[in-house]
Amino acid sequence: MSLTETTYWVVGASFALYILIAIRSRAGTTQEFYVAGKGIHPVANGMATAADWMSAASFISMAGLIGLSYNGYGGSVFLMGWTGGYVILAMLIAPYLRKYGKFTVPEFIGDRYYSDAARVVAVICLIICSVTYVIGQMKGIGVAFSRFLETDYETGLFSGMFIVFFYAVLGGMKGITYTQIAQFCVLIFAYTVPAIFISLQLTGQPIPQLGLGSTLADGTYLLQKLDQTLLDLGFQEYTTSVRGSTLNMAAFTASLMIGTAGLPHVIIRFFTVPTVRAARASAGWALLFIAVLYTTAPAVAAMARLNIMQTLAPEPGQHLAIEERPAWFKNWEQTGLLGIDDKNGDGLIQYSADPETNELVKLDNDILVLANPEIANLPNWVIALVAAGGLAAALSTAAGLLLAISSAISHDLLKRTLMPDISERQELTASRLAMAVAVLGAGYLGLNPPGFAAGTVALAFGLAAASLFPALLLGIFSKRVTREGAILGMLAGIGVTLAYVFQHKGIMFIPGTSFLGDWPPNWFFGIEPNAFGVVGALVNFTVSLVVSRLTAPPPESVQQLVEEIRIPVSPRSI
Amino acid sequence: MALSDAEIVRRTYWRENRRWMLILGSIWFVVSLGCGVLWVEPLNQIQLGGFKLGFWFAQQGAIYTFIILIFTYARVMARLEKRLGLEEPEA
Repeated sequence: MSLTETTYWVVGASFALYILIAIRSRAGTTQEFYVAGKGIHPVANGMATAADWMSAASFISMAGLIGLSYNGYGGSVFLMGWTGGYVILAMLIAPYLRKYGKFTVPEFIGDRYYSDAARVVAVICLIICSVTYVIGQMKGIGVAFSRFLETDYETGLFSGMFIVFFYAVLGGMKGITYTQIAQFCVLIFAYTVPAIFISLQLTGQPIPQLGLGSTLADGTYLLQKLDQTLLDLGFQEYTTSVRGSTLNMAAFTASLMIGTAGLPHVIIRFFTVPTVRAARASAGWALLFIAVLYTTAPAVAAMARLNIMQTLAPEPGQHLAIEERPAWFKNWEQTGLLGIDDKNGDGLIQYSADPETNELVKLDNDILVLANPEIANLPNWVIALVAAGGLAAALSTAAGLLLAISSAISHDLLKRTLMPDISERQELTASRLAMAVAVLGAGYLGLNPPGFAAGTVALAFGLAAASLFPALLLGIFSKRVTREGAILGMLAGIGVTLAYVFQHKGIMFIPGTSFLGDWPPNWFFGIEPNAFGVVGALVNFTVSLVVSRLTAPPPESVQQLVEEIRIPVSPRSI
Repeated sequence: MALSDAEIVRRTYWRENRRWMLILGSIWFVVSLGCGVLWVEPLNQIQLGGFKLGFWFAQQGAIYTFIILIFTYARVMARLEKRLGLEEPEA
């Protein structure tokens, strides 16, 4: 069977599974549609959260981001940032919002800050964060299809949309939860199998996490070898190359952490478990399942980078002849992820850190995961599995984001603000309609990605960190923060962050409109735009606290609400 | 004014909760932003198998610690709730 046929079978089987689950888990009430009836077991919710969380970017791009763009140690910001957020979520956010016990994040902000204006501002912040994020997933689906199944981008995108449409519109959160559990199993299997093979081949150690610290066949440590090879080619050392400065790394890590704890599509997953206690445990399970991929990724990053470099230069000073390059190299050149340019015309590929003489002119981040099985000569079914895994990661995250968007529209805007008189049945219909529109809208944006789409997934974290996270945290831990404080805080936080990103990256990312230029000397204390969310959050906190001091305290009923969400059940009076 | 029993339970619960958040939150800070970023250079002088220790914290150790922290928090809070009679009915 050819590789394409195998891939069709594996991907087709995974899609059939998702549809089967969708048919069996239709939603009958709004409670089922928004929060899966609050009956999901904490371990199951942990798996669903892990799939919800790990996107196309985590699966396809992260290893390359660490191993190539951030040259090793610098990429640690993603590893620590995207996992450390769960500690904040488990201790500071999830248990209290679960106790509050309603359906959406803007709903909490609207009730806690006793104001429809706060609710609407929260809906706007949510939609900005989630839409920027969902565009990346739709593109991931189209790209994965076109690379592995040799369809065109549009056909791939429509197939993905059809699947999401089917289970998200029918089942809402209930359907999404069960498909996410299946998708987690597919994606984690697909990610770890090639990693185990590569680790075995290079170090003889089957566990990639340990393989990263093991010795190669020649007796030197893998990381030592990698450091030396990179230094020889003029790069920085893999294990010590800092991204920007120490302050920039700290700010980037912190922004990703608090952004994670403020992203609505993650928070609402914790509304689906039966108790506050289950919400806390579920965060632990979620992180455990996420960590399986997140501790494998740095091993894949280092091993695949070493593999590629040893293919290009088996010994220092020796270079691969263009004529002799392996088949996988030619295959991935055709997709544009690899590119060579024989600048000195000697028929050899010289790879170096110097852009003047480097002849490997294109080395895309995604290549580390996508081409990994071929580089290591793994069987076709493993390559097919990587395709199914990438699609599972993109579909599960897209569905979670679409639910966050559609429930904010049907529940917060329609039911809680514009048309409070509609019945339960009408709201369920409205939520299905909102979901259908959201899927179509996301598909449209996937087909016509706006110019700013490329830089936006990291931006989503910065915006969530600067807008929603402080409002949620203060809403739980302070009784004194007022609606004026929260609204102005959210607007100031998101405003400062957007302004900083736009002034360096261009207004709406249109090239040429950045008035300060995208170069390090103009960065505020050397902090890059993607790492600015933490500064936005500090601005939000400051504005909220100062304005709250100057305005009348929240009404007694709101202070009562805060007391109640802090404790799982009211103490019995004796 | 004497506090009611319910109010005492409430305050005890919140005080204990904040104490655990402070302890576990400090460890969270130390292993990630501390060992992984701020003190990475001195830690890299120490070798752990094939890893430099600071690099290991940044790419593996911090994540393992995070998992332990969350499960610890879940456990101590469940125990506290049992002690104070604040257990939720199973749904």
